[in-house]
Amino acid sequence: MTHKPITGLTMIDLLKARIRHGDQAIPDPLKTKTDPAFPGLPSFRKQDDESWDRARKSCPTGAIGENTLDLGRCVFCGVCQRNFPETFVFSNSFKMGASRRETLILDGTLTPDAYVASSIATTPDIRRLFGRSFKLRSVSAGGCAACELELNASTNVNFDINRYGIDIVASPRHADAVVVTGPITQNMAYALEETWKAVPAPKILILAGACAISGGLFADAPALQRGFLDKVEAILYLPGCPVHPLTIVHGITALIGRKK
Amino acid sequence: MNPTLFSVPEARTDLHKSIRDAIGRNFRPLAFYSDADRSLICLMGNDDTHQLDLLRFVAPEGGSYPSLTGLSSEFHMYERELWEETGLVPQSHPWLKPVRYPHNRPELVLKDHPFLAAASESMHEVAVGPVHAGVIEPGQFRFLCEGEDVHHLEIQLGYQHRGIRKLLETGDIRGKIHLAEAIAGDTAIGHGIAYCRAIEALCGADVPDAVHRVRAIALEMERAAMHLADLSALAGDIAYLTGLNYFAAVRTKVINLSLHVCGSRFGKRWLCPGGVNYGISSEKNRYMITTLSTIREDIRIMGTAMFNDSGVLSRFDGTGHVDAASIRDLHFVGMAARSGGVLRDGRKAYPFAPYELFPDSIVLPQGDVFARAFLRYKESLQSIDFCLKLLSDLPETPACTPKLPEPERDVIAASIVEGWRGEIVHLIRTDENGATLSYRIYDPSFHNWMALALAVRNNGISDFPVCNKSFNLSYCGNDL
Repeated sequence: MTHKPITGLTMIDLLKARIRHGDQAIPDPLKTKTDPAFPGLPSFRKQDDESWDRARKSCPTGAIGENTLDLGRCVFCGVCQRNFPETFVFSNSFKMGASRRETLILDGTLTPDAYVASSIATTPDIRRLFGRSFKLRSVSAGGCAACELELNASTNVNFDINRYGIDIVASPRHADAVVVTGPITQNMAYALEETWKAVPAPKILILAGACAISGGLFADAPALQRGFLDKVEAILYLPGCPVHPLTIVHGITALIGRKK
Repeated sequence: MNPTLFSVPEARTDLHKSIRDAIGRNFRPLAFYSDADRSLICLMGNDDTHQLDLLRFVAPEGGSYPSLTGLSSEFHMYERELWEETGLVPQSHPWLKPVRYPHNRPELVLKDHPFLAAASESMHEVAVGPVHAGVIEPGQFRFLCEGEDVHHLEIQLGYQHRGIRKLLETGDIRGKIHLAEAIAGDTAIGHGIAYCRAIEALCGADVPDAVHRVRAIALEMERAAMHLADLSALAGDIAYLTGLNYFAAVRTKVINLSLHVCGSRFGKRWLCPGGVNYGISSEKNRYMITTLSTIREDIRIMGTAMFNDSGVLSRFDGTGHVDAASIRDLHFVGMAARSGGVLRDGRKAYPFAPYELFPDSIVLPQGDVFARAFLRYKESLQSIDFCLKLLSDLPETPACTPKLPEPERDVIAASIVEGWRGEIVHLIRTDENGATLSYRIYDPSFHNWMALALAVRNNGISDFPVCNKSFNLSYCGNDL
């Protein structure tokens, strides 16, 4: 079952491909702009109680509270935005990561710039230990493959997170951090704990995507076991459904003290 | 004719005779399960005549029955699932073991899975997972090897089980599109359309022709994007770095086009039952035609280089072979079947608008990694051509988000959509009040995991990654 080559000019074909490929890397992922259609950091202003209440009820993950919007639950489905465009405005800022869970619960007053200025805290220890080399071990625990594909994409030729000394490694023994995607299923709870134990200290937990942060669409699912998060506190939360590669690049570089 | 609404048929008692008859008439099983009322439901389809037949049977008495797998091995996965969910034993099933270790059977514990073992001095086992070396979903792979050669691979899944069916069965079925998109996030459009079409059948919604076209464009863009992602991964696995980076960059262009239309690179939030949340304006249409035309040429140039490269071909040719008889016998579907000489394509077998315009499916005879890679290359071009054809006479299409009527009572709605891996089957049954009684989901991965197990037999264990990526099956689509 040998396949016959289509033409015989292999080297010429390869050169053509390389020339056409050109340079695909985004020059500076931290300064780039996303497509205006991208739903990023939202702002909102309550118009009246009735429409707010309707928006609240229509939210599939209960991200809309009394006066707040929880980025850790939001799946960016656009239901509130489409039905109440006066109230909910999604900017195209991808810089949504935060060091503390509470920071993700927005009260609607912060501009994207003000949010980014304070959302991610780095420390001298983190900068010293990980600032120039930071290795991640990914654990998918019920993730639908979208966040996993985006985490992979952050290392591809476009986003190239490796340029900052950040890499995804195969063994937990080589890792500085565990990145969890997915809502953490009962059947994965044990494997997640074992992976965490296998990472040598000092180590960091990162939660990527609405499912990992809050359970997301699966918060009420009968087959979850999120007890691990009671024992280990994450120090970086990356919102999205799935989380955008630029959100990953920005969040992690900010955490380890690279420029904002 | 697809999707289809069935009234719940009378439960029959002649299980074996009916199934034997249907198989004799060239029907194959698209779904077989125990429903909420314990009756057995079987959806049979004939790919050539496009007919669907919904059968319902009284549950066998006494906890066991002669297996249908004995009649036709196409049932082997369905009967494993049936046994796992109900405890009903299909006698003389060749290998009865759990499919996904569901939450409502706590006595089945994934950690205790009895792996096939070999009592031989010369054999050893290699355990991989559930956490894998890359950024990928979890599953347990157990290789039985003699030296470097794999004699058998047992794949045990269930780690991704989220109980998604339970969530779909609770509350208003018309508001579940977000969940449907997360059944398998890399097939958000495929499962999304399957959900929407089932709901539209259930609620008797009339969907405008332009909406069907926008959805088909989304589905074919998803197919092209995932085929390109896998071509990139396959190139990476054989250290063909130009292919790895080039195809990854082209995939970015395709999914960024999806983001340009609907705000999500995976097409999440694009669809809604009854319509689409985001239409295609004439301005967007022009932009899509320009971009897709460039992408088409990008793919052609890289594919020409890659599939002429003797280094690439020497790694792909003959690796991970699955023969056509196994594909038919064990009911492998979609691109795994088409790359092994078996035409199975829901777009042609159970078509809906606008797929009457779709050209002939691509079928390759080899059944190896080469065929699965080359098929992806050819299909990504075909999908983009189809998008361009649909876009060329698509009228200005605004968003379309109608309020749907109440679901019909006491019916079963089925939909079949050919996602990029293969056929996706959804079935929804309502009770006498119109509430959801059961929501069944069959991702193509449910059938095709066994194809991967067969493909690696008699290959070196180092060929596993390239075999695995040539299928790229869904874990959460299987585990639900």
